[in-house]
Amino acid sequence: MGRYLLRRVLQMIPVIIGTTLLIYALVFALPGDPVKAMFGEKPVNDAVAAQIRAEYNLDKPFIVQYLLFLKNALTLDFGNTFSGRPVIDVIGDAFPITIRLALMAFVFEGVFGVIFGIIAGLKKGKWYDSVILIVSLLLISVPTFVTGFVGQYLFGVKWQILPVTAGRNPGFIDLLLPACVLGSVSMAYIIRLTRTEVASNKTADYVRTARAKGMSNRKVTMRHILRNSLIPVVTYLGADLGSLMGGAMITERIFNIQGIGNTLWQGILRGEATLVVSIVTLLVFVFVVCNLVVDLLYAVLDPRIRYE
Amino acid sequence: MTSQTPDTTASQACASAPLAGQERYVAPLDETPLQQVDSIDESQPASSMWAEAWRTLRRNPLFIVSAVLIVLVLLVAFFPSLFAKGDPNYCDLEHSLDPAGPGHPFGYDLMGCDVYTRTVYGTRASLSVGVLTTILVVIVGGLIGALAGYFGGWVDAVLSRITDIFYAIPLLLGAIVVLQMFRTSESIWKVVFVLALFGWVSVARITRGSVMEAKNLEFNTASEALGLSRIKNLFRHVIPNSLAPVIVVATTSLGTYIVSEATLSFLGIGLPSTMVSWGGDISAAQSLLRVAPSVLFWPSLALAITVLSFIMMGDAVRDALDPKSRTL
Repeated sequence: MGRYLLRRVLQMIPVIIGTTLLIYALVFALPGDPVKAMFGEKPVNDAVAAQIRAEYNLDKPFIVQYLLFLKNALTLDFGNTFSGRPVIDVIGDAFPITIRLALMAFVFEGVFGVIFGIIAGLKKGKWYDSVILIVSLLLISVPTFVTGFVGQYLFGVKWQILPVTAGRNPGFIDLLLPACVLGSVSMAYIIRLTRTEVASNKTADYVRTARAKGMSNRKVTMRHILRNSLIPVVTYLGADLGSLMGGAMITERIFNIQGIGNTLWQGILRGEATLVVSIVTLLVFVFVVCNLVVDLLYAVLDPRIRYE
Repeated sequence: MTSQTPDTTASQACASAPLAGQERYVAPLDETPLQQVDSIDESQPASSMWAEAWRTLRRNPLFIVSAVLIVLVLLVAFFPSLFAKGDPNYCDLEHSLDPAGPGHPFGYDLMGCDVYTRTVYGTRASLSVGVLTTILVVIVGGLIGALAGYFGGWVDAVLSRITDIFYAIPLLLGAIVVLQMFRTSESIWKVVFVLALFGWVSVARITRGSVMEAKNLEFNTASEALGLSRIKNLFRHVIPNSLAPVIVVATTSLGTYIVSEATLSFLGIGLPSTMVSWGGDISAAQSLLRVAPSVLFWPSLALAITVLSFIMMGDAVRDALDPKSRTL
């Protein structure tokens, strides 16, 4: 187990270097002069521009810029934004909000996805199975931003039960609707996945054996059907936590949440390479770590899998 | 069948009295003769996996419904003028936000354009992005996955690491960062290329696994022993035998790409605003939600139905090609 963990952690390094290099190259290719963008409409003095370029390493070739970024990133020094604030501060302000939002969405999709999936899978063919299936298909085929608008309109404007937008320091109630919107598509996928797994395990040979031994229905469901059905669901959930943070960009824009997605969007608009690359690096890191945790969880859930 | 009558009478006779030489009742053999069950018409060519799948598909109501919807969507995309008479870009401010009337079943949007006409004409943009991206993703992802899975060794090591790198970047996140560069471009290809750039990974991973499974089957050893070159073997035998999961993923992803395109257009970095598209219209209608929800509703419905039909088609195809993982 220890050796496996070490190997996996070492494998993460080239992935993270490759991803940051890719993103850095893409952002570097953004057209427009960032120094001009900083000053907006005002004309820039050449000497000032040169000094700013030197300060942000903009005068150096691409690969040197990238290596400098990587070197500083190791000490968590991501440089400053164009307005002079350290990037790490900006991330420190925005990231906790996004983590809160993503975790709430994660809990929402996990709990409701699994519960509805189990109900549908165990009672396949009943009318509520069909209802659950149709609703989940609808959630998948409607884009998140439409779900967001409709939710905002119904809960925020028409019935006025939940706040329309989240303010500067959003609490649980402010994030409730955004989290449900953010998690809705994944919830639908989890419902479908759980339903298929439960339905196929329900007729498996070991379940018949367990019943034949006289095991109670409840125990068969809990110990045999559910445990075996949830393994792929956990994989999906783990991989999804990472993408939830990336997907939060849309939800944060609709509900005006000052999280990492909104910050990233602002950074892209202003062409702030360091800010964009720092945030993407962070998101990629979270994603890769989540996948590692999922692989390790496998061994806990499925005793047949052992890492050597 | 014809022999059944004498059999039953014989068994009835047996039931009444044991036959001579028998001490107790022995049930007669009522099995169908083995030859009848096992006889296979060898003169006919064996039905292939695809023929079997097609037979299963035809009987699946899910397939029929989704196929009808997809054909309809395709028709609308190819011949929008058959379904809507007017010009989607003809707008009259006099009609701004007018409710539905005769000849204009969905009403008008803020600029006084006919929502029905725009929804019909928007089909082409969304569908082309979905179809073109899927084609590109299957070609690129399929080729990379097939090469990695088939050759193994250092080829696999290199390609798999590249796949890992792209896998770590979520589709929308990557697309937003890249598309920002092409804000001024007026073509739909930018959206197609960018979605394909971050979308090929899922197909590559599936193809790799499926090729690795297929390459160890006996017929490959046989064809190699018969002297077929490795590359020919890959294209002649391995790829056709590992296509099934790829087709399933491609069909379902097509819907996802259409949703992604709409999301990108909503952010203002997808399709050019001059192009009639569902994403653009939904985005324009967002501010009108409180005043005129129907302007948002119709293009969203069209989008949802299209995506839904491709997802259902993916489910149906999976049921037909891979009976082990049935969804229904």
